[in-house]
Parts: sequence; C-alpha cells; structure tokens
Amino acid sequence: MITRHAEQVMGTVFSFVVRDPSPAVDEALHAAVARLHAIDARFSPYRADSEVSRIAHGESELADASPELAEVLERCAEIEALTDGWFSPYPEGRLDPSGWVKGWAVEQVCALLCEAGSTEHCVNGGGDVQSVGGPWRIGVADPFRPGALAAVLAGRDLVVATSGTAERGAHILDPRTGEAPTGLLSLTLVSSGPARLARTDACATAAFAMGAEQGLAWTGRQPDLEALAILPDPALPKRATSGFLRYAV
Amino acid sequence: MRRAIVTTTATAAGVVLLLSLKPHGGQSASAQAPVISSGSDTSSTSGTSDTGGTGSAGNGDASSTTAPSAAPSGKAGGSSSSTSKSSSYTGQAVDTRYGPVQVRIDVSGGKISKIDVLQYPDGMQRDQDINSYALPVLNQEALSAQSAQIDAVSGATYTSDGYTQSLQSALDQAGLK
Repeated sequence: MITRHAEQVMGTVFSFVVRDPSPAVDEALHAAVARLHAIDARFSPYRADSEVSRIAHGESELADASPELAEVLERCAEIEALTDGWFSPYPEGRLDPSGWVKGWAVEQVCALLCEAGSTEHCVNGGGDVQSVGGPWRIGVADPFRPGALAAVLAGRDLVVATSGTAERGAHILDPRTGEAPTGLLSLTLVSSGPARLARTDACATAAFAMGAEQGLAWTGRQPDLEALAILPDPALPKRATSGFLRYAV
Repeated sequence: MRRAIVTTTATAAGVVLLLSLKPHGGQSASAQAPVISSGSDTSSTSGTSDTGGTGSAGNGDASSTTAPSAAPSGKAGGSSSSTSKSSSYTGQAVDTRYGPVQVRIDVSGGKISKIDVLQYPDGMQRDQDINSYALPVLNQEALSAQSAQIDAVSGATYTSDGYTQSLQSALDQAGLK
C-alpha cells in the first residue's frame, strides 16, 4: 500500500510518496501540507503580505525579522560563503531566499513524516527531491525531450536537486570553444550523504550560475555532492563529476 | 591519445555505455577518451506510452524484484548482491591516463539494470584539471519512464501550469488512480 499526494503550493506542486502509510503518517501528511502553506505565507516573494515581501519593499526592518526568517538568512549566508557568493538570498538585489526555502520546506515535510514513524517516503518539491529509506529511483528530466529522462539515479536516502532554464532557447556559441558561454542547460546535484535538500538545492543554483566548467569543478571539490551537467546542444555529451556514476542506473 | 575498449560477456551487443574522461576545459570529449563498452540485449519490454508515466512506472513498487537495479549501493566499490534473476558482468580494469577504471553491469531480463563503477581514478576529486566525465551515451532504453520504474522526477522547477504536463504529474496521476 502506497500513499501518494500532490499539493499545489509555492507556485509549484509538491508530490509525496509514502511507502509505509499509517493513520499517524497520514495525519502527519496533512500537517505537512499545512506547514507548506504556512511557509509560503511567510516566505513567498510573490505575496505582498508575506514577511519577505514586506522587508523587500521596505515596509518592515530586517532587524525585526521573525526568528524563523532570521535562521533562514543565517543558513543562506553559510551557503553564500560556501559558494563564494554564487548563491545569494538577494538574487536580484532584493530579499528573496526562495533558493533555500523550497528545499528547506521539503526537509520539514520529511521530518514531520519521520516523527510520525515513516521510514520510507519521498518528497518532490517542484523538481527537487528528498527521499528517506529506499532504495528509490529518481529520474532526471531531459530538457531536450519533455516527458523523457536524461538519467535515472538509484539509492537510499537520495537527495536530488536540479537547476536549469529549459525555456531559454537558442544560445550564442563561443567561437573558440563551440560551447555556449555558460554552457549549461541544466545541472543536477545528487547526494546520499548528510547533505540535505536545502543545501543541495542552493548549491545546484550556485553551480548552475557558475557555468559548466566552474560548476563541475566546484562540485567535484565538495565531498558529498556529485553533478550531472546537460549542455545546451544535444549533440554535446552530458558531463558528470567523477563519482556521479555511483548513482546512475 | 590512449584508447581502450572492454567488452563484457553480456549477450547481444546493443547498448553501449561510453564512459570518457575529459580534462578540464579540454576539446572534444573523444580526444583523450578511454571507452568502455558494455554489451547487452536491448530488446524492448516497455508497454504503451501515451502519457509517459502510466503503467509500470506508476506502481511505485521499485523495491520489488522487478527492479534489482535499485539495490542500495551508495559506494562505487561496495559489492551488491544481485537477485537470482539478474547476472553481473565485470569488465576488465582499463588503465587510463588518469588511473584505472572498471565497471560492472547487472543484466536483468536482457537489459542493463545497473552499472557500478568499481574503480575510478582516486586523484580525480583532488585534481582540479580533471574533474568530470563526459557521458556521451547513456542507456536510452533504460531511460523511458515506463521501463525505468521511477518514483519521482527531478528537473528545473516547474510552475503549477507546467506541472500538469510534467512526467511527475503523470507519475502522481498513475499512483492516485
């Protein structure tokens, strides 16, 4: 018996798979969904009345931030330091910690399910996945072929986050290398270690911004992260960090 | 340029996994690439595919014996016990300019169900000039959602509208029926 649920929240859809449902776990699932909406109400940059929006628009002071927002900003600062500034909670000059919050929200869902006794569940927050138990099989969407997969990853406690701009269309090629300037259509980070989704997702955002060469090099230096890079030309090979094939099916 | 080819003893050579090592900022992927090819029967077993996700992909039962490839191996060197229905083939170690590379594949039902990299160059993580592989060909046959038995899909964040056309949506619907 498997419980599945999909919930529209945070401008996307969160999908849940619970392999060991029970009344307590089902109750936790309801609480988790409510928690997601509460997180959205506080952190959404698209809701004028959210705490993040009020601060971004100067209607409220950062110094008066709630303890929850203050803690999120602390975590964001850690990732900003880890990524040499490639991740920022001010991506366009205004406060917007979404790059951390979505993965963090998934972590909280998993924590609630674990507290209720579940040891086998998988939560997908709009394309960023954290799984508990397993083995789980996580597909990586192929940006060139909607509905198809570029890779399948398998393992226990898998965490998979993808950054990409599939909508961006044609790229200008660098005549010297034949590659697009940033050279990335999507970048997927995978971990099964202690790294959790918020950190993995934020690192994926940062490494994508770095571009193919630097992003792969940087990820290769992180002991608990592996990367799959899909380049903007389908004729170009996919690239991955040296340990990526541990996860590939 | 050094190039080596290992062919495993799997049945018909159909699927080829090309695993090439590429220096940082290098030219084309094949320039210095050692190539490991693993043969396998690719006979298709997946069913119909209209919405891409119904059918076997939706049952979520990836831990059953139909998916031996999902064995919990998190380490390249960790041996995994195959189920009785699958066979393992271990290629010879290929000595590349960066160190030895060796892969093992599990074949189940005539298809590659798992690829383990048993050995890869230790120094690669430390060598900032050699930090990534090029993966020219992955097993396309294994990558249709129907045969992949996946539980979730990772991709660039979709909007609520985009979700309705996504593979994840198809998985969810299959499971919610």
